[in-house]
Amino acid sequence: MKQKKPRRPLSCTKETTLTNEKFIELYRYLKLTRMFDEKTVRLKKQSKLTGGVFTSLGQEATAVGTAFALEEKDFIAPLIRDIGACFVKGIEPRTIFLQYFGRGTAPSRATDVQFHFADLEKGFVGPISHLGDMIPVMTGILLAARMRNEDRVAVAYLGEGASSTGTFHEGVNFAAVKKLPLITIIENNGYAYSTPTREQAACTQFVEKALGYGIKGLQVDGNDIVACYETMKSAVDYARTGNGSVLIEAMTYRRKGHAEHDNQAYVPEGEIEWWAEHNDPVTRFEKYLSEQEILSNQQMDDMAVEIKEFLNAEAEWAEDQPPPEPVQAAMNVFDNSFVSPAYKKQVLDK
Amino acid sequence: MVSNQEGSTILEALRAGIHEAMVADERVFVIGEDVGRYGGAFKVTEGLLDEFGGERVIDTPISEAAIVGAACGAALMGMKPIAEFQFIDFISNGFDMLTNYAAKSRYRGCGGIGAVFRGPCGSGVRGGPFHSLNAESFFMNTAGLKMVEPSTAYDAKGLLKAAIDDPDPVLIFEHKKLYRMPRLREVLPEEDYRVEIGKARVARAGDDLSIITFGAQTLNALDAAERIENEDGRSVEVIDLRTLSPLDKGTILATVKKTNRVVILHESSLTGGIGGEISAIIAEEAFEWLDAPVVRIASIDSPVPFAPQLEDYFLPSLDEIVEGCRKVLKY
Repeated sequence: MKQKKPRRPLSCTKETTLTNEKFIELYRYLKLTRMFDEKTVRLKKQSKLTGGVFTSLGQEATAVGTAFALEEKDFIAPLIRDIGACFVKGIEPRTIFLQYFGRGTAPSRATDVQFHFADLEKGFVGPISHLGDMIPVMTGILLAARMRNEDRVAVAYLGEGASSTGTFHEGVNFAAVKKLPLITIIENNGYAYSTPTREQAACTQFVEKALGYGIKGLQVDGNDIVACYETMKSAVDYARTGNGSVLIEAMTYRRKGHAEHDNQAYVPEGEIEWWAEHNDPVTRFEKYLSEQEILSNQQMDDMAVEIKEFLNAEAEWAEDQPPPEPVQAAMNVFDNSFVSPAYKKQVLDK
Repeated sequence: MVSNQEGSTILEALRAGIHEAMVADERVFVIGEDVGRYGGAFKVTEGLLDEFGGERVIDTPISEAAIVGAACGAALMGMKPIAEFQFIDFISNGFDMLTNYAAKSRYRGCGGIGAVFRGPCGSGVRGGPFHSLNAESFFMNTAGLKMVEPSTAYDAKGLLKAAIDDPDPVLIFEHKKLYRMPRLREVLPEEDYRVEIGKARVARAGDDLSIITFGAQTLNALDAAERIENEDGRSVEVIDLRTLSPLDKGTILATVKKTNRVVILHESSLTGGIGGEISAIIAEEAFEWLDAPVVRIASIDSPVPFAPQLEDYFLPSLDEIVEGCRKVLKY
């Protein structure tokens, strides 16, 4: 994944339909995503968070840029590297902090971890850990939308590793056969936990998989947020107008380990540093915004200060919320108006 | 589609139930392999494609995980999917989606999955190791899934309708041996009805011993009860569980307290089978009511074999059931 030094510092594609106003909005989401991750890592180091902390450092542009091309009525099923897509779909940082802190008022009522919750009103379908499983679920959402004559597109995000699962195959194939407007985004970030791409699949480009399913395949520089937006926009237009499914391979790089505990000893020396120095999606977009005179460095710095204060307030608010009552563990296994809660059994209570 | 003068078989009752539900509620749809043009491997969904079209009677590729996942996704949108497994044996291909997605979605605050997953189960039809499964034990230890298995046409339709109404995922195991059994033909009510999920049925009242069973073994239990009554003059109660999860503990404990002697009968293998759970409930909550140890009668701990000689050895026979009951009665 380490490449030669670029001849000149990388920026973003200039072929775009976005207005300056939209660029500023897009930048805020990108910066928010990076700073949210930095905040959760700090909270983890302060031992304030329970469970694993997963970040998308170095690949934020893919989730943010692609989600930015969606409409409010569209659905996403993100994975752990796609928090940026959640923000674009209107999920508030405080909600994800509630999840991380395991608070009783979190959307999952503290039954599940970080991004494992749903907000169907906002088009956010709650993912699970079993990779590929969300693709069949998204096909069902689209079948339902079709039956009700609702014009919706659905997006399933996954890493290149998840494309090795059976549910990936079943879901993508089913959507293809039914010509459903499903967009599957493979974020090729070099590693699935510690397994490098070459041990994940024998094909050299994951976009080639589209051919076997008879669907449109697109490849994009996943660290060029403008290209991510434009590629996704064309995919969404294609899917929404009845042409069927699309598979997008976004080329990017995971600069952190699988989770914060992973020391990345399996990564060749200098690789992470190369990407940080030469191909960071935030640096690239900042260079672009500055070159195009959309935002000055000062304006970007001011925005960072504003986001930092915002995130601190969001995290503090969430931390102050009450933890769940232990007995909540028994609730909502089934609809409790049909089946009683699964209360702890009292031994020899009679 | 309405019941004729001879009454309905279980298969006809199921077909009528699906048909009526699809007429009554446009959110109800059918999804599975060969359910449309072909009408399903056992013809449960025959005729539905012509009437409701391909958007509501959806033929799929051979992809059980996609079938279950798509049913889940549609249920999240407020639809009422009825997903078919061509044989319950293939539920293992959808196991992950059922146990991880469908079963946990409500608990995780991600939305209840009001979906029905149904298909033909059971042995005794020379189907061999891959077309004869009873799958309830796979799911007994998974919170969040309901399971039902009817043994009458009335219950088949009533449980199906209740499952469609249910806000949570319901697995319906339909014993393929019972689908067209003439003995089970019955005239069904003209009016719409439901059989409540979670409620067992007293299939035959008795005083001296209880056989707790379900599915096709209910018929074996009734035959055994008849024989014991005729030959021994003892009266045997037969409980047809109908719902396997959540178990109707009330009816189980009531029959124990009534007859004080229990045989648990099921068609899946003995070890780790549902009989162990029922036995434990009785031991924990009605120990002092027992006049004899609880006896389990089930299939042997092997895959389901193909040849008649082997499958008959595998399954509990009527003679074995009668012998088991006599042993408990004599204790």
